Formats: sequence, C-alpha cells, structure tokens
Amino acid sequence: MTAVQERTWTTVCRFEQLLPGRGVAALLPDGEQVAVFRTEDGLHVLSNHDPFSSAAVLSRGIVGDRGGVPVVVSPVYKQAFELATGRCVDDASVAVTSYPVEVWDGYVRVGSP
Amino acid sequence: MTRTLVVIGNGMVGHHLVRTLTERGGDWRIVVLAEEPRPAYDRVALSSYVDGWDASKLSLAPVDVETRLGDKVVEIDREARKVVTEQGFVTDYDALVLATGSYPFVPPVPGHDLPNCYVYRTIEDLDAIRAHGGVNGVVIGGGLLGLEAANALRLMGVRPQVVELAPRLMPLQIDEGGGALLRREVLRLGLDVHCGVSVASVGEDRVVLSDGSELPADIVVFSAGVRPRDDLARRFGLEVGERGGIVVDAACRTSDESIYAIGECACIDGRVYGLVAPGYAMADVVADQLSGGAKVFPGADTSTKLKLLGVDVASFGDAHAVSPGALEVVHNDPVSGSYKKIVVSDDAGTLLGGVLVGDASSYATLRAYVGRPLPADPGSLIAPAGVANTALPDDAQVCSCHAVTKADIVAAIGTGCADVPSLKVCTKAGTGCGSCVPTLKQLLTSCGVEQSKALCEHFPQSRAELFEIIHATGIRTFSQLVAEHGSGSGCDLCKPVVASILASLNSGHVLEGEQAALQDTNDHFLANLQRNGTYSVVPRIPGGEITPQKLMVIAEVAQDFGLYTKITGGQRIDLFGATVDQLPLIWRRLVDAGFESGHAYGKALRTVKSCVGSTWCRYGVQDSVGLAIELELRYRGLRSPHKLKAGVSGCARECAEARSKDFGVIATEQGWNLYVGGNGGFTPRHADLLVSDVDTETLIRTIDRFVMFYVRTADRLQRTSAWIEAMEGGLDHLRDVIVEDSLGIAAELEKAMAAHVRDYADEWRGVLEDPVKLARFSSFVNAPGVPDPSISFREERGQRVPVQLGIPEVMAR
Ligand code: SRM
Ligand SMILES: Cc1cc2nc3c(=O)[nH]c(=O)nc-3n(C[C@H](O)[C@H](O)[C@H](O)COP(=O)(O)OP(=O)(O)OC[C@H]3O[C@@H](n4cnc5c(N)ncnc54)[C@H](O)[C@@H]3O)c2cc1C
Ligand code: SF4
Ligand code: FES
Repeated sequence: MTAVQERTWTTVCRFEQLLPGRGVAALLPDGEQVAVFRTEDGLHVLSNHDPFSSAAVLSRGIVGDRGGVPVVVSPVYKQAFELATGRCVDDASVAVTSYPVEVWDGYVRVGSP
Repeated sequence: MTRTLVVIGNGMVGHHLVRTLTERGGDWRIVVLAEEPRPAYDRVALSSYVDGWDASKLSLAPVDVETRLGDKVVEIDREARKVVTEQGFVTDYDALVLATGSYPFVPPVPGHDLPNCYVYRTIEDLDAIRAHGGVNGVVIGGGLLGLEAANALRLMGVRPQVVELAPRLMPLQIDEGGGALLRREVLRLGLDVHCGVSVASVGEDRVVLSDGSELPADIVVFSAGVRPRDDLARRFGLEVGERGGIVVDAACRTSDESIYAIGECACIDGRVYGLVAPGYAMADVVADQLSGGAKVFPGADTSTKLKLLGVDVASFGDAHAVSPGALEVVHNDPVSGSYKKIVVSDDAGTLLGGVLVGDASSYATLRAYVGRPLPADPGSLIAPAGVANTALPDDAQVCSCHAVTKADIVAAIGTGCADVPSLKVCTKAGTGCGSCVPTLKQLLTSCGVEQSKALCEHFPQSRAELFEIIHATGIRTFSQLVAEHGSGSGCDLCKPVVASILASLNSGHVLEGEQAALQDTNDHFLANLQRNGTYSVVPRIPGGEITPQKLMVIAEVAQDFGLYTKITGGQRIDLFGATVDQLPLIWRRLVDAGFESGHAYGKALRTVKSCVGSTWCRYGVQDSVGLAIELELRYRGLRSPHKLKAGVSGCARECAEARSKDFGVIATEQGWNLYVGGNGGFTPRHADLLVSDVDTETLIRTIDRFVMFYVRTADRLQRTSAWIEAMEGGLDHLRDVIVEDSLGIAAELEKAMAAHVRDYADEWRGVLEDPVKLARFSSFVNAPGVPDPSISFREERGQRVPVQLGIPEVMAR
C-alpha cells in the first residue's frame, strides 16, 4: 500500500471487552469523546456527544433497530441515531459525527473522521 | 444568501409563524414589527387575566428574532420592498407577512365614544376596564366574546347585563334549542340577558335600548364582532374582500407575489376566520412556502368548545344543518341542564355536525366522527352517558411540556393520526417528559381509533402476552425471544420491557450476561442519569427509618465524593453528581455500612413511606413504621411494569399519604385497611379501598396477590391506577380476582411472590462482587479512572451543582 495515510488511528480496547448490543465511551487524543458500539453487524463509532442534551452519553444508550436500520437511542431524551451514519432518525436536520473503525490484531482502532 | 422576512403584527398567528419558521431553521433573517407594547401573548386565554392580573401567565414561548414592540407599520413601499413604521424605522424585505389581526367593531350609536365605553381585545383593554370599574355594566353583544367579557366584569365585581341583537345567545355557534338552554343557565348565574334588541344610544350612566328601555351602566363593553385590520392592504393597493379581509390564495399569498397575509386579517376562499386554529394553519402554510415547500391551506375546522360561566358549550361541523337532506337528532333535558343535537346525513349514516350545551363531554369523540360513518345509532350517541369519554375538558392541557390541549390531540386524531408515534410527530405531545403518553393512548381509544397492543415494531404482542410467553416457554434470553416471537433486533421500548419481565421472573442479576445489554442506562449503571451525564445515588432507607450512624455514613460519603445531597419526596436521601467511575467506590462504602440499592433507577418498588405511628404518635393505633419496613423489605427489588410506591399510616389522619400510593395501608382499631391504585404524579388519583380491617397476615397475602397480578398483566409503563381504570370490570373485577380468587390464580401469584422474596439479593453487592460487572463502570474504556471532561461543577448554597452544559445544539423541542 502506498496511499498516504491522512487518518490518525487510536487503539481503544480489545474487541472482547465490548459487550454485544451495547456501547462504551472512549477518549481520543484530541480530547474528543466517542461512543463505540458492538452490534450483530459489526462495530460502529459515533461522537459520544448527544446534541439534544449536550451531555456526553450516547455510548450509554440502548442499541436496536428502527425499521431494520441499526440505531442507538440517546438515554436522555430518547432520540434515535443511525449507527452507520450518525443521522438522527427523529430529526432529519441533526446528525452526530461518525468515525471509521477497524479491528486490528484483536484491538479496536478508531480513525479520525 | 440571507433574505429578510418582515412580519407585521405580533399576535398569536404572527408569533406562531415566526416560531415555526425559526424551529425549521433555514436562512431567513426575521424582523417583527409590532404595534402592541408587549411580546406576543395568548389572546385566546385573555379572560383568564382577570384571575390574578398576572400578564406573564399569558406569555407564549419567546422567540429570538429582531422585534420592535410598540411601533406600528404605517407604510408599505411595494416597489422598493420597504416598510416604514410610525417612529420612522425603515426596513427592506424580501418577503412580507401581514398578520395584523382584527379590531373590535363598535357600532356608531350615539355616545359610543364616551369615556365609559371599552372594547375587549388586549391586555391593555382589560387593564383599562379594571381601572374604570363601576357597579353596573352592559356588554353589547352576546356571542362568545361578549359572554366572556360579561364574566370578566362579574369577576371584577361589576354586575353585567348582556344585550344581543339576535334572538338567542351565541347565534353563530349554536341553534335555538341550545341557545334557550344556555340563556337559562346564564340567568341562573345571576346575569341578565336581553335578546332581540339593539342599542339605541349610550349615556354616561345608562344604555338606551331599541325598545325604549334603559339599563344602568357605569361601564359599557362593546363586543359586537370584529373586523379584519386590512387598512394597510387597502392603502397600498392589495386586493381586499367584499366584506373586508386581505384576499389571499391557497398559499396565503396576496395579490402581490412577495406579500402574504395570515390570521384574522386574511380572507381565504372568500372567508375571514375569527378563530386561532385556522390562523395557525395559515402560518404553517407560509412557513412551509418560505422554506421552499408547496403546502396549501387545508380548509379550517371551526368547531368550538368552551366553558362559559361554568356552562359547557360546543358546536362542531354543520351545526345548523344546512347540508342538503341533513337530519337533526335532539336530546333535550332541561332538568339536568343538557341540550344535545347531532346533525346526520339523510341516510343517518354519517355524522355532519352538532351542538352540545350543558354537557359537552362527548364533544371530543363526536367531533372526531364528523364526516365519518357513525359508530352507533344516532340517538344512542347523545343519550345520557352515551359516548364514553374521559373526564378531561377539551381545553385541558394533555401535554404540559409542549402545551398541547386535548382539543389539539383530538384534532390530530381527526386528521388521521392513528397511533402515539404519529401523534408525537403531529402535535409534539409526548416528546418531552413522556408523562402524557398514557393519556394520548386513552384519547385514541376514546376517539374510536383501534389501538394496536403491539409493544413496538419488533413484537406484535402486548407486555402481558410477552410475560405469559416468557413464563410459559421458559425462554430466558432476548435473542431467543425475538427470534421466535418477534422480528428485527429490538429497540429501546422492547429491550427494557423484556429485561423487566426476566427480572420479575427471578432470572438472576440484572447485569448478568445478555441481560446487561437490554437495560436502560439507569438500570445499566444502577443509578439515575442526570442532565449533565452524571448519576445520582439513592440508598434504600426502609420505611424512612434510619439510625444516626447510618446517617453519618451517608454524610461522609457525600462529603468525600463531593455529592450534592437532598432529602427526596420519598423519605430518603439522594446523592447527586457521581461520575460513572465513582459509582462503585461510593457503593463499596455504602454496602459496607449495610446499605442496599434503593432502586430509584428502576421500574421497581421505590419506597414504602411511613408515618411515625403508634410508637410515638398520640393518635397512632398501629405500628405503621414497623409494617412499612416489613413491606419495603418484602417487595424491594421487585421489577414491575412501572414504578411501585406504597405508604402506611398509623391512623386515619393519614400522615403518610398512603392513599396516593399504588398500595396504601391505613391502620384501624381492628387492623388494617388496604387501598390500591393511588397515584401522585401526572394524573393524581386517590387509591380505592380493597379490603378493610384485616390482620397483618391477610394484608400481606392480599398485597402479594395484588402486586403480582399487576406485574403479570399491566402494560408497559402503566401505573396501577391506569391499570385498574383500564381493567374490564374495574375495581370489582380486581377484588374478585384478588380477594375471591375468581380466576383460581391466587396460589400461583403468592408462590411467585414467595420466590421473589426468597431470591432477592442486593444488586449493588452483586456488582461489587463481580469483576466483570465492575469493569463496566468506567467513563472511558481506554482511560479508566479519567472522569468525563465535559462535566464541571459550581457551588450553590454551599453545595456542588452542575455547570449547565450550554444550550444544546438542538434546542429542546
Ligand atoms: C428524587 C425525587 C425528587 C426529590 O428530590 O424529592 C424524584 C426524582 C425523579 N422523579 Fe419523581 N422523584 C421523587 C419522588 C416522586 C414522588 C413523591 C413520592 O414518591 O412520594 C412522585 C409522585 C408520586 C407518584 O409517583 O405517584 C413522583 C412522580 C414522578 C413521576 C410521575 C409518575 C406518574 O405516575 O405520573 C415521574 C415520571 C415517570 O416516572 O414516568 C418521576 C420521575 C422522576 C425522575 C426519575 C425523572 C428522571 O427520569 O430523571 C427523577 C429521578 C431523579 C434522580 O435521579 O434521583 N417522578 N416522584 C423523588 C425520589 C423519591 C425517592 O426517594 O425515591
Ligand atoms: C377574549 C378573546 C377570547 C378569544 N377566544 C378564542 C377562542 O376560544 N378560540 C379561538 O379560536 N379564538 C379565540 N379568540 C380569537 C383569537 O384570539 C384570534 O383568532 C387570534 O388572536 C388571531 O390572531 P392574529 O395574530 O391573526 O391577530 P391578533 O392576535 O389580533 O394579532 C394582530 C397583531 O397585529 C398588530 N398590528 C395590527 N396592525 C399593525 C401594524 N400596522 N403594525 C404593527 N402591528 C400591527 C396588533 O396590534 C396585534 O398585536 C379570542 C379572542 C379574544 C379577544
Ligand atoms: S397518621 Fe396518625 S399515627 Fe401517623 S403520625 Fe399522623 S396522626 Fe400520628
Ligand atoms: S407532558 Fe407531554 S411530554 Fe411531558
């Protein structure tokens, strides 16, 4: 591979540390907080920041699906966000940042957005 | 590019437009030019101003846009797209909206401009009427507003008489039969009414009527109708209707492309509407048009329901039976003071409209049927106790978070909302604290909309059915349950319900294995999430009894972790501001001192509140504290469809407020009385007596059965009060099942409760003993021990409180 690596990757935890169907929060070097979810269809990383309450809590929401689309539901005021894109299902004008994620040698790594 | 929208008039409709538009976002710079000296207020509720003279109670949600108050627009330069105000303020516009409302019509009778003559439209009008005062008053006009004005005078201590030109009161809304009853009721309240006469002249202390009679009048209020304020439009060349009103098309556009008119000043489809709802509908149209949409005016519902001087009056649809072939069915009961008329199609199959006076309880339901096939034969609909309906009056606020009334909900149901999620989208009701969702369901049912009992999109079953499935099949994982009895991967509705059912069926620790992923954040961290992402900790204090030693431990923990400390409304102590990583450290100390989880976070037993009882109190007849502790220890940890609260009072003085609890016990000389189905909170309800004068053993057996029956059969988030109210046969049926064992399930219910009591273990101790569960209590998986940096505190009254996180990017809506 010769592509220039523009992305910075942060290793956050071992894959097995993640509970299926639940999220955890992780701190990136720049101080941003992300929510890492492990679901049936793999890993997803969104900003941990809930735009409806300003609290850093999305990692603590319930994961499920709305009409088949995987979502996490904010534990504060219960808006749903698409895990794959960060788009808010209840308000099309709102989205949270979605981050690339990969498993590398058994470790979960989160890339810059 | 930012364009400028200028709105002339800051009444209810102009305000609604600005609010809707700002909520939608978009790139309009909005300038509001308002003649009135104060921010927009709720004119519909103007009459309530008399009760307390507090104008702030009429305020509408403030909107943050450029607003010039107390400065009226006097010129529109359509060519240059500019408006000019009286004080010389000039602004350009790309789009202009006229929302200038109407003015009260004052008939030009001699004396109409004397200093004792007033109109009734603004807060300033009411202040002026109040300042003038007097002994006798005359209200000219017996319509909706006139009667409101008369009542307002009455409340100010002025004796009002009402003069109405038409042969009956409220001629626009109601028919002769209804008018006759309304008049009778109004007279009974001591108000004089003169119908079929007009005013000939006004003097300084009297009003002379067209029949020559005179009424004493220190003060005269004109309420003879309103006229659209279309003067600006006339002066600057916009088309106006034959009988006034600025002519607009279905998109609310005037004859000038870039100028709209909405609300009471607009003439749409040849009509000028004097009600606020059509105005709001026009505002919604314009908001949509300005955002690039193509919405058009959907036509208006002119149904009204009001309480005038304590008399319910409602009219809806074709109230005057003007549709070809329309038939009227009338039920008139002068004795009980109720007049009901419905108008049906010639085949009696479709409801067209109606009038209700005296008893308008069936309004909501009937209105929802307008234009639809009748649910029953017409006569039975208006027979006494005809259409079942909730006791809520129509103007009752169903959703206090978003100020949505029952009428709003019913209107939304009328336009096709058939379930709670669509009502949420349509009306915003239920999207705040959620307390009103059960009422939304009731209203759907009472409007005849069949309610799906499906728990959510993943399970077609109700909670009670799922309970039976899990109980009978022995399935103990969510994944198996959803694979065999549901679909998809679950959601925030079904997962906690299944978690709760599993917990009620004694399936081990709530954070064990797959169960952990099902829990709401509160149950996941065994603490209550607060607005800044921290948690609160509530140790159980059974019956509210606590030793000084234990109090000291709580104090030390609070001090060491810097927790805000507050006595709760449930006789215990709440410690706020703990971060996720602090929770186990705090609980280690509490558990070591003998505390257990108080389940303040769970849909579970909360507290059994006690009064001091016979041990100390000179009136107490039983040991209420002892019983409260026994009950709290018995049912602690029991997961239920909603939270469960209880109370025990030592005598009938009821200091523990037991009758506001899900189950409440009151001591008698002979034993205990048991009350069930009480509720504080959103819809308070006093508990009903289930059994009386029973001994402690019988009491506990009865509560065991009652609580287990509830746990098994109630809906998700249905408190015992709503559960009993929804139960077929109500309290009698409940008593049959619980006391008489009519279903033969009492033994099983008791056995289930015995199993719960046997298997109870403190959840927090369970976490502290298991390193896997403990490991989840960290703010960051890659930085254990580092607290969430977005959380900070300040000090208030000697304690730490959260620094608010700033205005969320998305304003709470
Ligand atoms: C802490 C406390 C207020 C206080 O400082 O006193 C409180 C705090 C909350 N109440 Fe309450 N309620 C508290 C006593 C009450 C009472 C009074 C009582 O229990 O005697 C009531 C009315 C009685 C009743 O429930 O019938 C009460 C009626 C509610 C309701 C409305 C319930 C209803 O049926 O309408 C809610 C909303 C809900 O549960 O859906 C609610 C919800 C809440 C929540 C859970 C709201 C939330 O989601 O954040 C609050 C949790 C705060 C926390 O993190 O600790 N709270 N709440 C009280 C805790 C008592 C305790 O020791 O456990
Ligand atoms: C006592 C009372 C009870 C009512 N009860 C009900 C009810 O139960 N149900 C119902 O549906 N309706 C009711 N109404 C009617 C309802 O209040 C009106 O339909 C509604 O207020 C119309 O809103 P609007 O914005 O069109 O007009 P308004 O609320 O009248 O607002 C127009 C605003 O424009 C301002 N304005 C006018 N010209 C200019 C100018 N040139 N420059 C700047 N500003 C200008 C006015 O000062 C006013 O503030 C009631 C009205 C009253 C007075
Ligand atoms: S309820 Fe009765 S016993 Fe209890 S404190 Fe009040 S008066 Fe005393
Ligand atoms: S009252 Fe309706 S959401 Fe709070």
